Amino acid sequence: MPEFYQYLFSGLTNGAIYAIIALGFSMLFAATDLINFAHGEFVMIGALILVTLWPVMGLPLPLAFVITVLATGILGIVFERLAIRTVKKPDPIVLVIITVGAGIFLRGVAMIIWGKTAKGAPPFSKMPPLEIGGAYLLAQSVWILGIVLATVLVMHFFYSRTLTGKAMSACAINKRAASLLGIATQRMTLLAFAVSAALGGMAGVIIAPITMNEYEMGAILGLKGFCAAMLGGLGNSWGAVVGGFALGIAEAMAVGYVSSSMKDAVAFLLLLLILYVRPTGILGGKAIARF
Amino acid sequence: MGKKSIILMLSALLALAVMPGCGEEKKAEPVAEAPKAAPAVKAAPAAPQTIKIGGIFSVTGGASYLGDPEKKSMEMAVAEINAAGGIDGAMVEAFIYDDEGDPSKAVLHAKRLIERDSVVAIVGPSLTPTSMAIIPDVERVQIPLISCAAGNGIVLPVKPFVFKTAQSDIHAVESIYIYMQEKGIKSVGLLCVDDGFGQSGHEQLVKQAANFGISVVADESFSSSDTDMTAQLTKIRTQRPDAVICWGVGPSPAVVARNAKQLQLPMPLFMSHGVASRKFIELAGDAAEDILFPTGKILVTGLLSDDDPQKAVLQNYTEKYQARFNEPVSGFGGYAWDAMELLARALPGTGGDKAKLRDNLENLSGVVAVSGTFNFSAEDHNGLGADAFIMVRIKGGAWELAQ
Repeated sequence: MPEFYQYLFSGLTNGAIYAIIALGFSMLFAATDLINFAHGEFVMIGALILVTLWPVMGLPLPLAFVITVLATGILGIVFERLAIRTVKKPDPIVLVIITVGAGIFLRGVAMIIWGKTAKGAPPFSKMPPLEIGGAYLLAQSVWILGIVLATVLVMHFFYSRTLTGKAMSACAINKRAASLLGIATQRMTLLAFAVSAALGGMAGVIIAPITMNEYEMGAILGLKGFCAAMLGGLGNSWGAVVGGFALGIAEAMAVGYVSSSMKDAVAFLLLLLILYVRPTGILGGKAIARF
Repeated sequence: MGKKSIILMLSALLALAVMPGCGEEKKAEPVAEAPKAAPAVKAAPAAPQTIKIGGIFSVTGGASYLGDPEKKSMEMAVAEINAAGGIDGAMVEAFIYDDEGDPSKAVLHAKRLIERDSVVAIVGPSLTPTSMAIIPDVERVQIPLISCAAGNGIVLPVKPFVFKTAQSDIHAVESIYIYMQEKGIKSVGLLCVDDGFGQSGHEQLVKQAANFGISVVADESFSSSDTDMTAQLTKIRTQRPDAVICWGVGPSPAVVARNAKQLQLPMPLFMSHGVASRKFIELAGDAAEDILFPTGKILVTGLLSDDDPQKAVLQNYTEKYQARFNEPVSGFGGYAWDAMELLARALPGTGGDKAKLRDNLENLSGVVAVSGTFNFSAEDHNGLGADAFIMVRIKGGAWELAQ
C-alpha cells in the first residue's frame, strides 16, 4: 500500500503541472480558437527567469514569483502583437504554424541568453518530506498542488464574477456577437494571450525546483500539457484540470504497475482510448464550459 | 484557402525545417579548418623526412568540450615529441581537421588525410558516430586509427586497424561490480536512462552482473526529460535490492539523486561515470552526498596514493596542459595525448609502413597513460581494464576515494 500512495503522490505532482499547462492551452483555445504550440516555451522561460531572479540574483521568492509571472504575461502580449496580430489573413492553420515557429525562435533565444547547461533551484521551503501512510510527499509537491488549486479558484472567480472575465467568455462563445455588444474583442484576445502565457510562466516557476531547467525543457512539457488539454476536452477549463491529473496519475501508475519503459506508451494509449470513446474529451462536447 | 495563405503556410513550414539547423550551425564555424603543421617542423628543415599523423576532432559544435582539449593535447604531444628529437630522427607533422561533430564531415576529412596528406595514422574522431563513419575507409586502405570515442562498437568486434584510447562502460561497470563484491552487495536495482548511453550501460550491467555474483532484482528506466523519478525509485525499493545503480548522463541523474534523498532510500546509490563533473554536485546539491561512481583517474589525481602507477603520468600531463593552455584539464584531452603516446612507442623502426605500425600497436603492453594502463592484444584493441576507473564518493560537496 505505501507504494500505491507513492505512485499517487508522484502522479498528483506531475498531474498538477500538466493541469496548469493544459489550462493555458485550453483558455487560449476557448478565447481565440488557436492552439499555441509555443506554450511549452513559456513554461521554460518562466522556469529560467525564476532561476535567474531567485537563486542567482537573490531576490526574495514571492517577489521573484510575481516578476516572473508578469514578465511571461508581457511576453505573451508581445508574442500576440508581433507574431499573431500582424498576420494579414489569420487562417487558423497559418496561425498554428506560426506558433510552432515562434516556439523554435523562443527556444533559440533562451539558449543564447541562458546557455545550454541546466540549472537547478532549491525547493520553496526547506521542509523534510511529509510521511503519509509509509509514502513521502515532498514539500514542493504540496506547494505545487496548492498553487495550482489557488490558480484554478482565481480563474473560476475571474470568469464567473468579473466583467472582463464574462466579456472574455462572451468572446469565446461568439466573437461577432460579443463585438456587436460593444466588447473590444481584440483586447480580449490580447488578454487571453497574456493570461495564458502567465499561466505557462507560473507552471515554470513551480516546477523549477523539482527538475533541471534548460532551454530544451519546454517542448516535452508543452506536449504533455497539450495531451492533458485534449484528454479533458480542449477549451474546457475544468477539463484541462481533470485531464492533467488523469494523465499524471496514469503515467505514475503505469510506471508502478506495468513498466517504466512503457510509461509514455500507457499514458498515450489512454489518451487514444478516451478520445476514441469520447472524441471531445472527458468534459468536452456540450457547450464549451469555462470556470 | 487562397493561394496566398498556401504560400504563407509553405514558407512557414520551410522556415520550420531550416530553423533548428540554423541554431546549431552558427556556432560551428570552422576554426581549425586549415591543417596546422607543428611549429617545430619548420625549425628542423634538415630532418630527412617527416612522419605525418592525421587528427580529426569535434573542435567546434556541440561536442567541442571533447574535441577542443583533444586537439590541444595532440598539438602538445607533437611539439613534445619533436622537441625530444622526433622519431627515428624524423619530425612529426600533425594534420588536424575539425569535423564539427558531423559524421559526413569526418568521412570527408578522413579521405583528405588518406589521399592528399598521406598520413601514416589517424587519431580521433571524438565521437562514436563520427568514428563509426570513418571506419570503413580506414579499413579499406588499411591505415591505423586510434579513436578517442567511448562507444564499444568501435573495437567490438575487433577490426584489425582500429584501436581506441577512451575508457568504455565495460570498464565502468566492471569497476562498480568489483567494488560491490568487496562490500558484499549481492543484489542491485537498475535505473537507466532510455537513450544510447543508458542502453549501452544497461546491456553491460545486466551482462556482467552474474560474473560478480550479483543479481539484478529490479530494472527500470526513465527519460532524460522526466521531472520526477520517485515512482521508479519506489518500485525499485519494493524489491529491496542491496544497492541501486542509476545509469545516466547530463542533468537527469541529478533529479534521480534528489528523488532518492526525498524518498530516504535506505540503500547506497551508485551512478555512472556520466556524473563525473562539478556540475553534477552543483545541480544535485545536498542530494549528491554519499553517491558512489566510477571515474577516470584524472579527476582525482591529487587524491591518488603515491604508489598508483598512473599518478606520475597524470601529474605530468595536467601540469603541462595547464601551463600551456591556462585552462583546467579534462580527461577528454587525455584520449588524444594517450593516442600520441601509443604512436610514439609504435612508430620507431616502421619507416612509415602502416602494417608494421599496426602490428606494433597491437603488441604494446604495460603502457601507463592518462586514461589507464594499455595492454593491447589481437582480441582487445581498447587495452584497458577495470583499473582505468576508480570508485569515488561525494562527500561534503567534493570527491573522495571510496574505500
